[in-house]
Amino acid sequence: MNDIALLIAAALVSGTPLALAGLGLLINERAGVLNLGAEGIMLVAAVAGFAVAFGSGSDTLAFAAGAAAGAVLAAGFGWLVIWLNTNQYATGLALSLFGYGFSAFVGVGYVGKKLAERRTFDVPFLADLPLIGPAFFKQHPMVYGAVLLTFAAMWFLYRSRAGLVLRAIGESPDSAHALGYRVRWIRLAAVVAGGAACGLAGAFLSVVYAPLWVEGLVAGRGWIALALTTFATWRPIRVLLGAYLFGGVTMLQFYLQGEGVQVSSQLLAMLPYLATILVLAMISRNAAFIRINMPASLGKPFHPGT
Amino acid sequence: MLRLEARPQPSKLMSLASPVIALAITAILAALLFAALGKDPLRSLGVFFVEPLSGQRAVAEVLLKATPLIVIALGLAACYRANVWNIGAEGQFLLGALTGGGAALWLTTAGIVLPKIVAIPLVLAAGVLGGMAWAALVALLRDRFNASEILVSLMLVYVAQQLVNYVVFGPWKDPQGFNFPQTKTFDASTWMPILLERTRLHIGFLIALAAVGVTWVFMFRSFRGFQLQVGGLAPAAARYAGFSSRTALWTALLVSGGMAGLAGAMEAAGPLRQLTPHISIGLGFTAIIVCFVGRLHPVGIVFAGILLSMMLIGGELGQSRLGLPNALTGVFQGLLLVLLLACDTLIHYRVRLRSALAGAH
Repeated sequence: MNDIALLIAAALVSGTPLALAGLGLLINERAGVLNLGAEGIMLVAAVAGFAVAFGSGSDTLAFAAGAAAGAVLAAGFGWLVIWLNTNQYATGLALSLFGYGFSAFVGVGYVGKKLAERRTFDVPFLADLPLIGPAFFKQHPMVYGAVLLTFAAMWFLYRSRAGLVLRAIGESPDSAHALGYRVRWIRLAAVVAGGAACGLAGAFLSVVYAPLWVEGLVAGRGWIALALTTFATWRPIRVLLGAYLFGGVTMLQFYLQGEGVQVSSQLLAMLPYLATILVLAMISRNAAFIRINMPASLGKPFHPGT
Repeated sequence: MLRLEARPQPSKLMSLASPVIALAITAILAALLFAALGKDPLRSLGVFFVEPLSGQRAVAEVLLKATPLIVIALGLAACYRANVWNIGAEGQFLLGALTGGGAALWLTTAGIVLPKIVAIPLVLAAGVLGGMAWAALVALLRDRFNASEILVSLMLVYVAQQLVNYVVFGPWKDPQGFNFPQTKTFDASTWMPILLERTRLHIGFLIALAAVGVTWVFMFRSFRGFQLQVGGLAPAAARYAGFSSRTALWTALLVSGGMAGLAGAMEAAGPLRQLTPHISIGLGFTAIIVCFVGRLHPVGIVFAGILLSMMLIGGELGQSRLGLPNALTGVFQGLLLVLLLACDTLIHYRVRLRSALAGAH
């Protein structure tokens, strides 16, 4: 029984960075911008977060550094795709490649260094419950943070005026422009916010999940988070649930190994990626369903005044 | 204030100048970075961009590394021209190395010694098929399940790497290899013939040059290639003309997968002569940059391939000569692509000083 509680707890931890990044990318995409640079942003933020955590010992500062690094990179990406109208796919890919190289370069000195295990936050009373306590309520504060962020995103998108404007821009930038909204600036704001969230995810990986830095630490999670937004049909709550599902799949490989299952670790390590492909294929299968839910201007450039 | 003004027509000149400008800015930023790291900027730039070309053996190494880059990028150019975003060439490369290397290993362990003229085409064909199969998975999922080829092809990179790890740590591990994760060295009959005495440059480079010609004919002189590009540039026009987008998707992915697989097999049977977990050093990703810097054009790709190969070797030299981290290459590569995309704006726009009149507008 206790094993199951630990497995659930581990799945929540491993799903949290996916949820954080996925929510950020969702805000991005709701405004009509597809950021394939998520992986690179997360890598740079992971190094930034690790370096600050290593130097200061403060998680708060580490997450702030990660978010700031993510926001700066995303702002550069946003300027390129929104003002210079560069191809969103190519630019995102370029950012991912740059992020990989840059993080490896900056992180050289931190390879092999290890942070102390981060302190968890035990929710009063609830943490003492049998089974449920260790499974859900003895986590790093950021794990709860991801849940709060999900509800914040839901409120923002569906209950606030700003969220309505953001969604309108994602569906029809020309109409929003005609109504007098500053489409490019609002898109930039969405991209920067998304980058900051990806930054939190990157810092979470290096400071809480690992907690160490190696080259390529993010290991495709930025891309999985991108798949997650499609999987969730661009709804925050489904991003969160999907993230925990993938977190569970990631943890399953360690659990199976622990149980002595006779499958090589390399084959088990394929599981999260295969699961992503499988789920993506299942969800995307109904093209009409995707088209209805996808922000209509996603990935398309916007030229004001033409 | 600077202002962007749309050109009536895309500028051909800027399309060619843009990579040069991007490279120049990359070099300037690199010099600043070297200075910040306390190295002599000029000498460091020399190590990165001049020294890889000093002497016959150095040039041979540059061409050796450029070979897989050129071959992969040629296939990707066909793909991107068709607006099919295969970013998982790395995975197709690994699969090609796995199946091509697997064929060579099978010949080796079975003790079959074929003449080179038979053995090498066999190994290369196995590599092409492996790469094609990996790309066919992407095509199938896009075609039948509407799954994003970007995400699927990238996810398959991680799967391919684990597959390579699995065979070299498991069933294909050399029993006499002191437990290192590597296969036996292949039999000499499967090695790519060396082109230049006392270098590692093999006939793969000639194959790459031949592929340049074939790709050029395919792109600019064949109907299938024409259909592919119309589909990429103007999907509505292609539909109207009755060009099947499904055929274009499959063609683009099979061509690029096959080319990446070929590169993988040539790498396994060329300089490596065995399989290890480190067959690739991200060549499939570097090839994407080669493809864009080469303007998706076969001839441009040759120059870009040599340039990026120089940067890879420059990175190694920088590590041994100047004590700079090898990761710097990755920084410069990424920077080059980002700057290139920014400079490409100049193809469609010109920069104008905002006049007082326009400001009052």
